[in-house]
Amino acid sequence: MTLKTATAPRTSSEPSEKRRFRPNLRDFGVTFGLAAIMLFLALNTTTFLTGQNFINLFDQAAVVGLLSAAAALCIISGVFDLSSTATLASSAIIGVMVTERFGVAAGFFGALLAGLVLGTITGLVVVGTKVNSFIGTLAISIIYRGLAIVLTGGAIVSPRADQIFAFQTWTWPSLFGLTAGSLLMLVTTIVLGIVLWRTTFGRRIYAVGGNQEAARLSGIRTGSIHVAVFAISGLCSAMAGMILASRAGSAQPSMALGVELTAIAAVVIGGTSILGGQGAMWRAFVGVMVLTVIGNGFNLLHWDTTYQQVVTGALILAAVAADGLFRKRSK
Amino acid sequence: MNTLMADGGAKSGDATELPRGISVAGTGKRYAGVPVLNDINLTIAEGEIHGILGENGAGKSTLLKIIGGAVTADSGSICLNGKKVKIATPRDSIAHGISLISQELSLIPNRTVLENVFLGRWANTAGLVTGRRDRDHFTTLIRETGFELDPDTVVSQLSIGHAQQVEILKALARGATILCMDEPTAVLNEMEKANLLRVIRRLSAAGTTIILVSHYLEEVLEVCTRVTILRDGAHISTADASEHTPASLVSLMVGREVDYLVPDLPPVTTGAATVLEVQGICSSTVQDISLTVRRGEILGLAGLVGSGRSETLLAVFGAEKVSAGSVAVNGQRIRANSIRDAIKAGIALVPESRKDQGLVMSRSVVENIALATLHIRSRAGFVRGAAEKKAVALMSTAVDLRGARPGSPIEGLSGGNQQKALFAKWLIHPPAVLLVDEPTRGVDVAAKTRIHKMIIDLAAKGTAVVVVSSELEEVIGLSHRINVMRRGRIVAEFDRNASRDDVMTSAFLK
Repeated sequence: MTLKTATAPRTSSEPSEKRRFRPNLRDFGVTFGLAAIMLFLALNTTTFLTGQNFINLFDQAAVVGLLSAAAALCIISGVFDLSSTATLASSAIIGVMVTERFGVAAGFFGALLAGLVLGTITGLVVVGTKVNSFIGTLAISIIYRGLAIVLTGGAIVSPRADQIFAFQTWTWPSLFGLTAGSLLMLVTTIVLGIVLWRTTFGRRIYAVGGNQEAARLSGIRTGSIHVAVFAISGLCSAMAGMILASRAGSAQPSMALGVELTAIAAVVIGGTSILGGQGAMWRAFVGVMVLTVIGNGFNLLHWDTTYQQVVTGALILAAVAADGLFRKRSK
Repeated sequence: MNTLMADGGAKSGDATELPRGISVAGTGKRYAGVPVLNDINLTIAEGEIHGILGENGAGKSTLLKIIGGAVTADSGSICLNGKKVKIATPRDSIAHGISLISQELSLIPNRTVLENVFLGRWANTAGLVTGRRDRDHFTTLIRETGFELDPDTVVSQLSIGHAQQVEILKALARGATILCMDEPTAVLNEMEKANLLRVIRRLSAAGTTIILVSHYLEEVLEVCTRVTILRDGAHISTADASEHTPASLVSLMVGREVDYLVPDLPPVTTGAATVLEVQGICSSTVQDISLTVRRGEILGLAGLVGSGRSETLLAVFGAEKVSAGSVAVNGQRIRANSIRDAIKAGIALVPESRKDQGLVMSRSVVENIALATLHIRSRAGFVRGAAEKKAVALMSTAVDLRGARPGSPIEGLSGGNQQKALFAKWLIHPPAVLLVDEPTRGVDVAAKTRIHKMIIDLAAKGTAVVVVSSELEEVIGLSHRINVMRRGRIVAEFDRNASRDDVMTSAFLK
């Protein structure tokens, strides 16, 4: 008995040493998953590993990518923004209307400004009324869609014929042949990633999402953080709307209907916890790429795309279940 | 029969008749490869009140959870009344009459007391609930325990003490003969505590076995028949409570002598300037609170849970809405209801609940410690990583923070170390006023001593400190002066030589 007690480990450093190896699968599982899918497609198709396919991939990912980057920011800070695509539609429509009057550059600027303003309003309403963000932004999304209908009378709006070429800027090839829209998405994701990772604002976002009361008692203006996050979400939505309108050459009230949920799904697939306070921007990006590559794979393999939704849904479930499992194990 | 532990080689001792009670043999448990319990052999007799003591991380809660079926042991066996039983799930343990009452109560807040007590096993006829039988059963239980509970109250409206009583009734309603209680008194006030201990004795007299995990040594000695001490997952000793003193328990728990009793308090220098001056603060929970704390002085706020002590601290810190009154630091009046202004004026708050108010559990140790002072180590909005690492490392040494790498999540730390981290967060920028709420709740003895010393050292360097604690010894031992609160008001003031009785009397009645 005495011998046993004498040899019993006394240091507390041991658990932390073990801990070091634990989170790897959780941290990078989704990246391995993406790599596996890409490897599979590379081996089974001749077209997957072509430059043009990658240009297409990124172009397809642009809109959801921007929305997911915003959704990641919101979810990490502990809120949901279901109004993002309604903001997208409204700001795209405002962008087109401004374009008709004042030209393409002013139109793009107008769209971004509209997104920023609408996002800020969403934030002020949610923070001010203390309504649960899920319900609050759902209600606001209905209002913004309604606003879009009011603005257009329910019709499709498009710029003047002589403006169409310039208006489609975001579909033009740019760096590495990527479309300008994809590039905008990549740059935004990287910038927001750095904000989250390195800035005091990013730290506060994590703290507010992880424990709002602890953040408040540390002197953080939790309300301002949320308003700022919604404002950024609005701005990202406007960028996505701009790309979508630019691609179609027009805008309409039902643009990107339901895509806000795809964006949230991508964030979750990437491994960001919906409980807030955890996650990263690269995760959202990987999540978006997983969804996009799966869609791309179905096309390249000539599989029946009717199964694509089943696969996507199963994937989201798997991601959330895995998150719960790791969380339980780490307790 | 009175062999407390089955010695390794004593397997031949089958001659004794089957003992009534529960015993574990060779019980071990590892988490992620780290052993938390090692070959525990322990027998607890029927009707006994058995205390299990140990520092945080000693494995006492794990042992309790294994008996209660919430955790499955990796090795070893459990015998009930001499027969080997399999307990792998809470369902198994309930079937064997074992109930686990953990620190976090598992009640359904929006339902009534009655529904909770008979949760999942309501008397019914073909699925239709027949309330009357449960009601009769409830009345019997109430009579047996001496609780005063209205069966129709919604649980969320009960005080924590009453909610715990519901949990006990629930266990009894399930026919529990062995009650495993994890820190049942940690959140109770003195009156509720006394009441609970009385009920425990009563149940034990009626033949119920009670296994009690607690940090409160006096209370364990007072109520328990026997006491088992664990250290680092190993069984250290089991002996009659009458053979122990608090000091002997502590030395067994930590394996070395610790000056357990409250350390020396250097006197406040005469003529020390007033640092914190609170005048006539009123909020929805406190009325007309006035207090002053001088440089280097520690003021204790005593009172029952719910008397407005925590709310007073929150109000001073600007975190609870104040309708009248003023707060001044070093003669400068601070804007009311602004946490940021309070922090700027040099006020720091170590809140009551680490988990709910203090720490962002999912984030790293570094991020948590740095959180309140991010702006002083940033350039153009970017965190200066090197400066941050340095500041946090310095503070971790200062508060003796151990157990995890700075980059790993703070939830991996023990309670004591989490509490130290909470102090570290506010010491980066030495505060003029430190408000501390329950500085050592759920913290092991070594960490407690360490935290007390930290508070006293801070005061010695000139910080004005206000300490709130439900542990009377702690408030009295740690404070130069004590203000007693009752129903949102300050009702009495004592100096350091006040007796426990004086303080309690004014807290209860005047």
